Amino acid sequence: MSQYASRSSHSLENTLRLKLLAIPGVDPKADGSFVLDIDVCLPGRGVTAIYGASGSGKTTLLRCIAGLESVAVGELTINGDTWHNRQHSLPPHQRPIGYVFQEASLFQHLTVEGNLRFAEKRAHGNEMQFDDIVPMMSLQSLLGRNPDQLSGGERQRVAIARALLINPNLLLLDEPLAALDPKRRQDVLPYLERIHRNAGFPVLYVTHSIEEVTRLADFLLVLEQGRVSVAGEMIEMLSRSDLPLEIEEEMGVVLEGQILSREPRWQLITVSFAGGELQVRDRAGLGAVGESVRLRVLARDVSLALDTQSRSSILNRLSATVVMINQQPAAAMATVKLSVGGSLLLASVAIPSVDELSLRVGQQLIAQIKSVTLLH
Amino acid sequence: MTFSEADWLAIALTLQLASISTILLLILSTPLAWWLATSRSGWRGPVAAVVALPLVLPPTVLGFYLLIILGPQGLIGQLTVALGLGSLPFTFQGLVVGSVLYSLPFVVQPLHNTFASLGTRPLEMAATLHAGPWDRFFNVVLPLSRHGFITASVLGFAHTVGEFGVVLMIGGNIPGETRVVSVQIYDYVEALNFQQAHWLSGALVIFSFLVLLIVYWLQPRQGMGTFAMGSRVL
Repeated sequence: MSQYASRSSHSLENTLRLKLLAIPGVDPKADGSFVLDIDVCLPGRGVTAIYGASGSGKTTLLRCIAGLESVAVGELTINGDTWHNRQHSLPPHQRPIGYVFQEASLFQHLTVEGNLRFAEKRAHGNEMQFDDIVPMMSLQSLLGRNPDQLSGGERQRVAIARALLINPNLLLLDEPLAALDPKRRQDVLPYLERIHRNAGFPVLYVTHSIEEVTRLADFLLVLEQGRVSVAGEMIEMLSRSDLPLEIEEEMGVVLEGQILSREPRWQLITVSFAGGELQVRDRAGLGAVGESVRLRVLARDVSLALDTQSRSSILNRLSATVVMINQQPAAAMATVKLSVGGSLLLASVAIPSVDELSLRVGQQLIAQIKSVTLLH
Repeated sequence: MTFSEADWLAIALTLQLASISTILLLILSTPLAWWLATSRSGWRGPVAAVVALPLVLPPTVLGFYLLIILGPQGLIGQLTVALGLGSLPFTFQGLVVGSVLYSLPFVVQPLHNTFASLGTRPLEMAATLHAGPWDRFFNVVLPLSRHGFITASVLGFAHTVGEFGVVLMIGGNIPGETRVVSVQIYDYVEALNFQQAHWLSGALVIFSFLVLLIVYWLQPRQGMGTFAMGSRVL
């Protein structure tokens, strides 16, 4: 939108160029020695997770991008629009962002609907419609309530809906689930996944939860003491040696399917998804036939075999096509991206095995899935 | 007949004075309180102290200086005469000026406390929702400060009704122009007309009690602290 800033360069379209030095002064938690020093380019679409320990500068980075924190020196160019450079800095209310704070911040003097309409009235463009967002975030029955009549999860859903209604060019989410207990978190996560799939704008997602990183992120930025320690595509991440171990352990994909049948004797259910069928343990025995479910398959639980001849203890074996092999120099593991029907799977494979199986793109093989987790 | 015609005149004048003063006070105090609550300027302390001066000064001191400054020889007096407004002492306009200054802390302090208790979060939230500075002030700060404004208005009004010293100094005792209820009571007592003094005094006691009761009732449960802070000035 021309009213925000001038186009500076074509090469910067579809890129978030973040170069900034900030010394947050009034933050009571800062001891004065903290400096945020970032110089990175992020993809201009998809979800980028900003991961790091508390105090690593994640929130400060988001606040700088929103214009809520003053940047000492720097340049912010978001998909070709310059928001901040040496000559000028857009005030926060002129930046086309949606912002969700860590603790749900709703206007106490307005109802849920009032909060949403506040954003709708001030939105630029109308791609995000009130009548679409409300059912998407399941807020129909809450519209008349006051913020203090909502649970933590409901408040956060309203805050997310409100940020979407502003029709942002960039969505900033600051640990939107951190203040919720695990149960509530599972209530809100599916909504975030929905945004992830449908969003036409980039999303920066601050979190210190590995599960959220691996379920939502396409790109990962790891901060350590105000500096970037790792930045890269999630798909490349597994094969990098500098990735925090806890993320490597949790890398995987989420599949959506439907319960086909259940086998109470072994507490097993069969779930059909776009790429075939999977047998899943359903310990709680909750899943009813026909119900939609989401499954998580970790890359470290997927191994590859060239044929179905060999007998195996593994229940779930699916024929797959190699889409991409990601192998970084001097790394022990490679990540293999597989297509199973229409679905994507990730497999973590030791480098010697890549040669042994002579893996190449387009190859047909069998993905053996050792373990599948039923979500919610 | 309990109130004489002169009493009714004084009551009407008092209500008129209090209403006009309250409106002017709100217009003046809102930006002043906002500045006090949000500025990081070094002038905050001195300005806050000046605003609070009427709390500790005898009204006669305030009235005395006003008489000098607004008088024909005074700085502002010369200005008002030059502008064709005439000399303000011993006029209703002069009373309004005195009342506004005298009641200023009673309006500024509750507003200051309310604004300070809002914190920065609602404003940041509004900014990220594309609300500019005026939009933020009118659509977020004002509605969230509703109770503070009610407290400030009621206290400002009631305090002006109860003013005596400043009125006597710069207003004198002109029926229909500057003779408010408190001065009327003083006159009755001087004339040993205790019966009439009782009626008017009793009316003021009941009025003041009801006003304070309304303020307490209007406080939201969790917002009692706002008034507790505001009541520092009482």
